[in-house]
Amino acid sequence: MRLALAQWAGVAFPAQQTEPTFMTDHALLDATGVAKSFGAVKALTDASLHVGRGQVVALMGANGAGKSTFVKILTGALKPDTGHVLIQGTPARVGSPAQARASGLVPVYQEPSLIPDLDVADNLRLGDTPADDFLHWVDELGIKNLHLADMIKDLPLATLRILDLARALASKPDVLLLDEMTAALPTDLVDRVLRVVRAQADEGRGVIYISHRFTEISELCDSATVLRDGRTVGDLKIEPGVEEKVVELMLGAKIDLGHRDTSHAKAATKASPRLSAINLAAAPKLLDVSFDLYPGEVLGVVALEGQGQDELFNVLSGFTKPSGGTLHVDGNPKAFGHPADAIAAGLTFVPGDRAEALLSERSVRENIALPFSARMRSWGPLKLRRERERVGLAIDRLQIDTRAQGEVRRLSGGNQQKVTIGRWLATGVETLLLFDPTRGIDVRTKRQIYPLVRELADQGAAILYYTSELEEVPLACDRALVIFNGRVVDLIDAADADEQTLMRAAYGLTADEAGDNAA
Amino acid sequence: MSFAQKHAWTIGLFALLLVLLGITKIIQPTFGLTGLESLARAALPFAFATAAMAVVVIAGGIDLSVASIMAVCAVTAAVLMQSMGAVPAVAITLLIGLGMGMINGALIVVTRVPDIVVTLAMLFVWEGTALLVLNAPGGTVHDWLEDSIAGTLLFWVPKALIVMTIAIALVWIPLKRSKLGLSIYAVGSDELAAFRSGVPVGWTKVAAYGVCGLFCAMGGLSLIMLTGIGEPVPGPYLLASVAAVVLGGVVLGGGIGGLLGPIIAVFILRIIRTILTLAAVDPNVTTIVEGTIMVAVVMFGAFLVMRRNKA
Amino acid sequence: MSVSDQVHPTPEDHIPALVRVGRFLGDNPVIPLIFLLCCLVGVLEIMRPGIISPFWFANTLKFAIPLAMLAACQMLTMLTAGIDLSAAVVATVSAFVVASITPLYGPFAGVVIALGAAVLVGLVNGFGVGVARVHPLIMTLGTGLIATGCLQVYQRFVINTGSEIPAFLEWLGTGRTAGLPNGLFLFVPFAAIILLGLRYTGFGRLLFAIGSNEHATKLSGVRSWQVFLALYALVGLIAGITGLLYVGMIRAPSLSLANPLLLPSAAAAVIGGTSIFGGRGSYAGAIVGALILTVLGTLLTLLQMPQGARVALFGLIILGVTALYVRLTDSR
Repeated sequence: MRLALAQWAGVAFPAQQTEPTFMTDHALLDATGVAKSFGAVKALTDASLHVGRGQVVALMGANGAGKSTFVKILTGALKPDTGHVLIQGTPARVGSPAQARASGLVPVYQEPSLIPDLDVADNLRLGDTPADDFLHWVDELGIKNLHLADMIKDLPLATLRILDLARALASKPDVLLLDEMTAALPTDLVDRVLRVVRAQADEGRGVIYISHRFTEISELCDSATVLRDGRTVGDLKIEPGVEEKVVELMLGAKIDLGHRDTSHAKAATKASPRLSAINLAAAPKLLDVSFDLYPGEVLGVVALEGQGQDELFNVLSGFTKPSGGTLHVDGNPKAFGHPADAIAAGLTFVPGDRAEALLSERSVRENIALPFSARMRSWGPLKLRRERERVGLAIDRLQIDTRAQGEVRRLSGGNQQKVTIGRWLATGVETLLLFDPTRGIDVRTKRQIYPLVRELADQGAAILYYTSELEEVPLACDRALVIFNGRVVDLIDAADADEQTLMRAAYGLTADEAGDNAA
Repeated sequence: MSFAQKHAWTIGLFALLLVLLGITKIIQPTFGLTGLESLARAALPFAFATAAMAVVVIAGGIDLSVASIMAVCAVTAAVLMQSMGAVPAVAITLLIGLGMGMINGALIVVTRVPDIVVTLAMLFVWEGTALLVLNAPGGTVHDWLEDSIAGTLLFWVPKALIVMTIAIALVWIPLKRSKLGLSIYAVGSDELAAFRSGVPVGWTKVAAYGVCGLFCAMGGLSLIMLTGIGEPVPGPYLLASVAAVVLGGVVLGGGIGGLLGPIIAVFILRIIRTILTLAAVDPNVTTIVEGTIMVAVVMFGAFLVMRRNKA
Repeated sequence: MSVSDQVHPTPEDHIPALVRVGRFLGDNPVIPLIFLLCCLVGVLEIMRPGIISPFWFANTLKFAIPLAMLAACQMLTMLTAGIDLSAAVVATVSAFVVASITPLYGPFAGVVIALGAAVLVGLVNGFGVGVARVHPLIMTLGTGLIATGCLQVYQRFVINTGSEIPAFLEWLGTGRTAGLPNGLFLFVPFAAIILLGLRYTGFGRLLFAIGSNEHATKLSGVRSWQVFLALYALVGLIAGITGLLYVGMIRAPSLSLANPLLLPSAAAAVIGGTSIFGGRGSYAGAIVGALILTVLGTLLTLLQMPQGARVALFGLIILGVTALYVRLTDSR
C-alpha cells in the first residue's frame, strides 16, 4: 500500500489500465507524469490528473498515497522533479501559491488560510478579493450575519471554511481545488456547498474535489482519479457501485507482509481490563470513545485521517487532558497531567512521527536509555552495566542495525522506528500505545514488527495499535476498533477484519448514515 | 466589536498612566510642566526603541540589536554633523538605520537561522561598528536640533512629545494603511496562512526589520539631541523595549497589537521611575525595581503565549 | 558514546570518503580546532619571532582558564538550546562580594556568600526559563541587569569597608607552580567533572536530550522544568567560581570586572562545536575554543585592531558558525 514498500521490494505496480473515461479537448488542468522525491523518499512517482471544462473530479487515495504532495505541487507550493502541470494549455507558473492563483487555480485548504488576527475585510484586502463578490457568495453559501469587521479568530471553524470557499469563488478561478471541503460542516451547509460547487462546474469551470465521503462524491463528481503509492492508478467514471472499484484501486496489489493464523486470536473475555476508556472525549475531534483493553491483547484502532485518533492517543499518553469521560487503569480511575504520570501508570506511547520521539543528534544507546534518566533520582552516575545489558537486549530483540554509528538520524527509517520501540522494551512494557508504527518503513522491518507486537502481548502486555495500513490489522491485532467522526462505529474481530470490511467501516459505509450526517 | 472593547487594553493603560500621573502630583505637589517636559524628554529614546521592537514583534520576530543600531545611528549622526548641515545628516542617518534593519531581516531570511540568534550576533556586530565609527563619546549636534525637543509648545505640550508623535505617525500610519502593513500583521499572525494567501513572506520580514531599523535611527537621533554628543556604547533599551511591547498589548509571537499601547507603556514604565525618584528611593534601587518589573512583565507575556498555544 | 561493543563494525558501503572525513571531523570538532590553534600560534611566531616561550605559554593558559570556565556556562545552557547572558555579571557579583565580605567576616564567609548569591541568580534564571518559559536570552539578560543594579546598591553599603582578596584566591589567580599557572589546580578537576559528568551521569544525558528534542524527553517522562532549574543553578555556581578565580587574578574588584568576558565565552562555546540550537557540543571543544580566542586576542592586539572591530568580529564568528551549522544540517 505504501511507496516505501514498493521501492524496497522493487515491485512496480502495474497501473490499472482503465481508459480515461472522457477527455475534453480543452482540458482546464492537465498534470502528467508528476514525480517528487524528498531525499531518498519518493513521495510521487507518476501522478497525473485531468480536469476538463464543467467537470468535478474526485481525487482519492488512501493515507500516504501521495495526495498531499500532489496537492502541494498543483497549488505551486512545491516544484515537481519531473512532469508538468498545464492550466488551459499553458505551463502553470508555479513557485508560490500567489502565482498558482494568478494562473487560474485557486485552492481551498483543509486548514482555513485566513489570518486569525485580522478582520474579514483585511483578509480580503490581503488577497485583492473584491468584497461585493465575496459577500454575494457568502450569502449564497448560507452564512448570515457576517460583518466585514468580524475578527477571523472569533468565528467558528465551519464559518471560516465557508469564508475561505467564498473568497476562492470571488476570485473567479478556472479551476477550484477543494480539500476535504465538507469536513467540520453541518449538514445544511454541506448541501449548499455541494449545490454551489455543482453550479460552478455547470458554468464551465473545473473542480478538483478531495474527500473521504463516498456519498458526496457520488452526488457531486463526474469522475474519480485514484492515487496509490505515488502514482495515478485509475480514472473512473462515477456510476452506481463505483465505491467498490475505488476501494479496490486504493488498496492495490498485495505485497506479502507475512501470515498469521487468526483463529488463535484471543477472545476478548478476560476478567479485568488493563485499560478501560469510558465515553472518552477531547473536543472538538474526539467525541465519544469507549473500549476495554485486556492484558495479552492487541487492540487495533482503524480510522481515516483526522477522525480523532490523534487526540485519543494524546489523552491516553498524558499529553492532553480529556474534555470528558473517564479512564481506568487496572480498575483505578486515573487522570494524567504529564506523560510522566502515564508512564508511572504503565502506559508508554510510541508516536507515529519518529521525529517526535527521537534525539536525532544522539546515539542509538542514548536514545534507548533515555527513560532511565527521566526521574530526578536517576540524575546521578549512570549504571552503565545495567544500561548496556538492557540496551543490548533491546537491540538484539529488534535486530536494530547499528552499523551507521553515531547519530540516530543517519539510520534508516525502519531502524529509527525500532529505536523508538526499543526504548520501551528496555524499560519493560505493561501497556504499549503504538501509533502507526509502520508508517513509511520498509517491508522487512514491518515483518519484524508484527511478530514482536504479538510476542509482547503473549508475555502479558496490553497493546493499543493504531495503523493506517489496513492489511496489518489481521496480522497484528486481536480485535479492531473502528473510529469515524470521533466515535466508535464498529468493533471487528481479527478473523473478520479483511481490508474490504475495514475500509468500508472506516469510510462509515457499514455504519448507518447517521454517522455521516452527525458530522 | 465596539471601539471600547477592541481597544480595552490600550484604554486601560491610558487610565493607568493618568492614575500614575495623579500619584506623582500627590507625592510631589510641585510636579508640573517642567516635570512633564523632562518625563517626555527622558522617554523619547525608549519610545523609539519600543516602536522599533513592536514592529518586528508584530511581524512574529524579535530584534535584540535595537540598542546597538541606535548607538550606530547616534554616533554616525554626531560625526556627520561635524561636516554637514543637520538635514542631510539626519536623512543619511535614517537611511543607514533602514539599511541596517534590512540587513538583519535579510540575514534571517537567507541563512534561516532563528531571528533571536541572528539579532544576538548582530547586536555585537553593530556595537562593534559603533565603536569603529567613534571610539569615545564625541561629535557635535546642531543647536536647533537640541532645541527642537526642549521646552513646550502650545502653552503646555512638551515639544519632545510632539516630535515623537509626528515622527512615529509619519512612518506608522501610512504603513498600517498600506498592504505592506497588512502583510506584516498577516505574517506575524499565521505565516502559513499568509503564504497561502499570496503574501511574499520573506520580503515582508525584510521590510519589517527595515522599519525597525528606521525607528532605531530616530531613537539614535533622539539620543544625541538629548545629550548633545554621540555615545558609542548601547544604552539599556533592549529589555525596556521588550517589556514595554509586552505591557503595551503586543503578543510575543506576533500578529496582535499596535504602536499606541507600547508607547503608553513606555510612559508608564518611565513614570514609575519618576515616582520612585520623587519618593526619595535610592536611584540604584530604582534600577532594581524597574528591572524586576520588566522581567515580571516579560514572564507574564511568556505565560500568556503558553496559554494561547495550549488553547 | 556509541554501541560499537554490541556489533562488529562493518565498513559503510555507499558513503564517499570525503563525506566520511566530514562526519568524522563533525563528530570530533576538537581535531580541526587544535589544528586551527596551532596555525594561529604559527602566525603569531611569524609576526613576532621569538614571542613563543614557556612564559608566553603559561600566560596564555592563565588567561584562557576563566574564559574556558565561563564558556562552560554557555556550553551547558546551549546544550538545552539556551544561553546565559547573566554569567559574566554573576562572576562580577561573586568577585565583588568576596572582596568586600572578606575584610568583615573572613574569607570563608566571603566565599560562601559570594557563591550563594551566584546560585540565587541561577535559580531565578531556572525558574524563568523552566517554569515561566521565558526565552533564556531575555530571561538571563533581565536577571543580569537586575544583578548589576543590586551590585550598585550593595556597593554603597560596603564602600567604606574597603576590599581584601583572600590570599588563597590570589595564589590561585596569580601564582605559578613549575612554570604553570596555579589556576590549573582548580581548572583541571573542574574540567574533568564537566567532561565526565556530561558523559556518565543521567543529568548530563538529559541536557543533551532536552536540547535535541524536548518533546521526546517529555514523551519519556522527563519533567523538563526540574532539569532547567538544576541546570541554571549549576551554571550560576560555575559563574560564581569563575568570578572568585578572576578576582584573584586581576586583584582589583570593580563593578564590571568580568563583563568583557561575556561575548568571548559565548563565541568560545560556538567555535568549540556547540550548537546554539541544542543537543550537540562538547566541553573539550569549548576549552580549545577559549584557547583559540585568547591567542586570537593576542594576535589582534599585535595587529592593533581597534576594540570595535574585535567585538564585531566575535559577533560575525557566532553568526557565521551558526549559519554554517544550519546549512550542514539542512542538506543532510
